Amino acid sequence: MTAVLPTRAPTQRPTGGKLIDQFEYGLDAPICLTWELTYACNLACAHCLSSSGRRDPRELSTAEAEAVIDELQRMQVFYVNVGGGEPTVRPDFWHLLDYAIGHDVGVKFSTNGVKLNKARAAQLARTDYVDVQISLDGATAAVNDRVRGVGSYATAITALENLAEAGMKDFKVSVVVTRENAGQLDAFKALTDSFGAQLRITRLRPSGRGADVWDELHPTMAQQKDLYQWLLANGDGVLTGDSFFHLSAFGEALPGLNLCGAGRVVCLIDPVGDVYACPFAIHENFLAGNVRSPGGFQTVWQQSELFADLRNPQTGGACTKCQHFDSCRGGCMAAKFFTGLPLDGPDPECVQGYGESALAARDLELVTPKSHIDHSHKGPVRGQPTLLGMPAIPPAKICDESPLAGLDLR
Amino acid sequence: MTGPDTGPVTIPADELPFDPSLPWQKSPSVALRPEPFGALVYHFGNRKLSFLKSQPLVAVVKALGEHPDVPSTLRACDVPEAQHPAYVTALATLSRSQMITRRDPS
Repeated sequence: MTAVLPTRAPTQRPTGGKLIDQFEYGLDAPICLTWELTYACNLACAHCLSSSGRRDPRELSTAEAEAVIDELQRMQVFYVNVGGGEPTVRPDFWHLLDYAIGHDVGVKFSTNGVKLNKARAAQLARTDYVDVQISLDGATAAVNDRVRGVGSYATAITALENLAEAGMKDFKVSVVVTRENAGQLDAFKALTDSFGAQLRITRLRPSGRGADVWDELHPTMAQQKDLYQWLLANGDGVLTGDSFFHLSAFGEALPGLNLCGAGRVVCLIDPVGDVYACPFAIHENFLAGNVRSPGGFQTVWQQSELFADLRNPQTGGACTKCQHFDSCRGGCMAAKFFTGLPLDGPDPECVQGYGESALAARDLELVTPKSHIDHSHKGPVRGQPTLLGMPAIPPAKICDESPLAGLDLR
Repeated sequence: MTGPDTGPVTIPADELPFDPSLPWQKSPSVALRPEPFGALVYHFGNRKLSFLKSQPLVAVVKALGEHPDVPSTLRACDVPEAQHPAYVTALATLSRSQMITRRDPS
């Protein structure tokens, strides 16, 4: 691992004081962590944070995944956010779900809904200690399918119907806020309410394939302002994964943890067992270790040099001199990194406008960091997102284009 | 980053005011995870997560079940008299999220 972090002088953990100040120095185990079970996915979302698509042959086996769960139980990590890829396409997904629950590790999993038929929905409704999040990035099929792929809205709605019909409680609709759906927040809320579900909205990051579409999809400053107002008005009834803390610099702090928790209170275990500082930082610079190494996950969490480095408050850099630093604490590390901004400078979406000027001031020659981990589908995918234009797939036979193509009717 | 959903704890409408003169205990559904500054508190039933911000408070929560009421617990844990009101306030908060529960007098 190369050092990418601005040097932070190691300081002593304070006694007493605010919880957030304690969190900056890290915890003995994560509060919760994200665990991506597979890079395989039936979809090819334009903004996928993990560049998922194809399964990696090195993915953890069932026995290795069970060993990770045993370790999380020992460390008293009480719940994990399971994702992918599409976690439910792993044949042992339902087994691992039961195994985790049976070992005091609650599971909240994110899915596009592809496997949530009536039988699975009924199974989930009978299971305590499991939470389901259905991803939906548009309140209408037109908006959703442009980024998630044609047919993905219908799949998600069917899954939501099945869950509601099965009597599942407290399931979530999980939305990544983009320039195209930022105006649909009330519509998302109404849609979610109609299923008796709960709305969860999170921030778009320039991570994975998200880097390719971030310029086009990240909310405008005006939309950020509206989002902030909407969160202040609706925040209590809406989950955010505490992902919009950069908006707190507009004024009043948003509910939840207004701090980057990467390597401090959260982290990511990827499908091959690599441990990264956060789900939005799948890049070798944020790789802390692997759960397969001696000592397993606990040793990575407690002894990695990278995490030790992250567990210090930021003391230098332009942001620390800003009057809003206490509100936003400099924003999202991954968002800065993948847009080529310095990690001790402003977030690219800094609501005070320092991000825009920092982006404008980037060297024209600058190549933004790109992860070498890419499991994107190589061939065409059914219902590919149309955001980036229609896929250029040459017709296999001339009549695939049109039944009359090439026919000389004269 | 994806953070924990550490939203505000909801208070059931039928909640009684906290009475320190009654016997209390750490809820049987609650686990305490030691942390450098105190402990993480997790309730397996309502899945609420909270934190105890000091080691003395952790000791008090653990000891509640062994004493007839809150004041005697605080004295047994050597909490200075002047700090008792602050501890009662903290325990009242924990009772609202069911992290500590009333115990039948034995």
